Amino acid sequence: MTTVAVLDYGSGNLRSAVRAVERAGESRGVDVVLTADREVAEQADGLLVPGVGAFDACMKGLRAVDGERIIERRLIAGRPVLGICVGMQILFAEGIEHGVRSTGCGEWPGTVEKIQAPIVPHMGWDTVEPPADTVMFAGIESERFYFVHSYGVREWLLDAEGTAFRAPGVTWTQYGGDRFVSAVEHGPLWATQFHPEKSGDAGRRLLENWIATL
Amino acid sequence: MSLAVRVIPCLDVDGGRVVKGVNFVDLRDAGDPVEMARVYDAQGADELTFLDITASSGDRSTTYDIVGQTAEQVFIPLTVGGGVRAVEDVDRLLRAGADKVGINTAAIARPDVIGEIAHRFGNQVLVLSVDARRADDQPSGFEVTTHGGRRSAGIDAIEWVRRASELGAGEILLNSMDADGTQAGFDLEMIRAARGATDVPLIASGGAGRLEHFAPAVDAGADAVLAASVFHFGTLTIPAVKETLRGAGHVVR
Repeated sequence: MTTVAVLDYGSGNLRSAVRAVERAGESRGVDVVLTADREVAEQADGLLVPGVGAFDACMKGLRAVDGERIIERRLIAGRPVLGICVGMQILFAEGIEHGVRSTGCGEWPGTVEKIQAPIVPHMGWDTVEPPADTVMFAGIESERFYFVHSYGVREWLLDAEGTAFRAPGVTWTQYGGDRFVSAVEHGPLWATQFHPEKSGDAGRRLLENWIATL
Repeated sequence: MSLAVRVIPCLDVDGGRVVKGVNFVDLRDAGDPVEMARVYDAQGADELTFLDITASSGDRSTTYDIVGQTAEQVFIPLTVGGGVRAVEDVDRLLRAGADKVGINTAAIARPDVIGEIAHRFGNQVLVLSVDARRADDQPSGFEVTTHGGRRSAGIDAIEWVRRASELGAGEILLNSMDADGTQAGFDLEMIRAARGATDVPLIASGGAGRLEHFAPAVDAGADAVLAASVFHFGTLTIPAVKETLRGAGHVVR
């Protein structure tokens, strides 16, 4: 039995996230548990980190359940983690909201900042530009996904060339003259700026692609 | 490619049942909000809006149940409005499974509640619903109404849109009370005026009657179009509206 833990740190549409993973995992018999328990979150085959709201508030919530350490320990062991929306943003080095700079988990260098577009929040169904070797978007490269956010990572800074690192797959979305990172697949660490749990059938297929890696 | 124009059906819910004329052919129970949400999802609705019109606040727990059941079965965004007065109401609705929350009268009575909600949950959860109508005595020519359009709130609707956006509303649902129910088309002037006053997404509502009504609303500056009875009665379908929008050069999902 494959198990997925949805990290309950007081942020995000937890119920929707749980249900969406249950639905995507139906054919594989995935057991989904909503938890803040460190051991359960560390031991599950997959960990989903949701997130809605402000960067700083999410980081505080995450620290309160020792979430940074849970994520770190999982990654050391090569165990899959999927961050969604602010759950993706907090994986970067820092976030700037209303002029306030907050420290993130630092899994990737880079800054989460306000999107520069005529209409913000970026709200609705938009397209993605995944890399050619994408696993996350296999079979759904041309689908639309549901976004709702005002902040994003507008510059990707991790240069893996010439290092021992395998280069991460970075997916971009263009919006209103700006562009930002809409997904990352980097070994066991995956993240999406959009909400697969709210993206209908396309979102279900993305979660199925993730579950297949567990 | 660019962001798709959203087509949003609105369901009025009273005491746990969808009211205001539902005439679907393929529904087992036309009054069941969860069942209707499922049908609209299957038709390609981009979001769903529930408006809780329950008069007494005592029945709100029913609404939380319905929001929860819908969120368990429908995997597109769900906005819930009606009876939202304070941060705690938003918290309960989000916990029940709502993705966004609509606020109307309470924000007119106490505008600071907009900032309080945005500060706690981010502005993207907050949809400010504005029931507006034409009024010669306001600078913009539009005023805010309350009580389903029966009373004037005595404030300029376009100025209210501007102020609410600054206070932290993440989206504006602009409902023309003059056009509402007429099926004679959206109030395009009102949409244009509101578009000029805010840079958050704008949902146009009120007056949709025919397929050709939707594209002009988007041309006027709406990011999304919302309708109720034309969808409930099957006069128009969501795929037909999207096809018409696409034909007019707009991007749809």
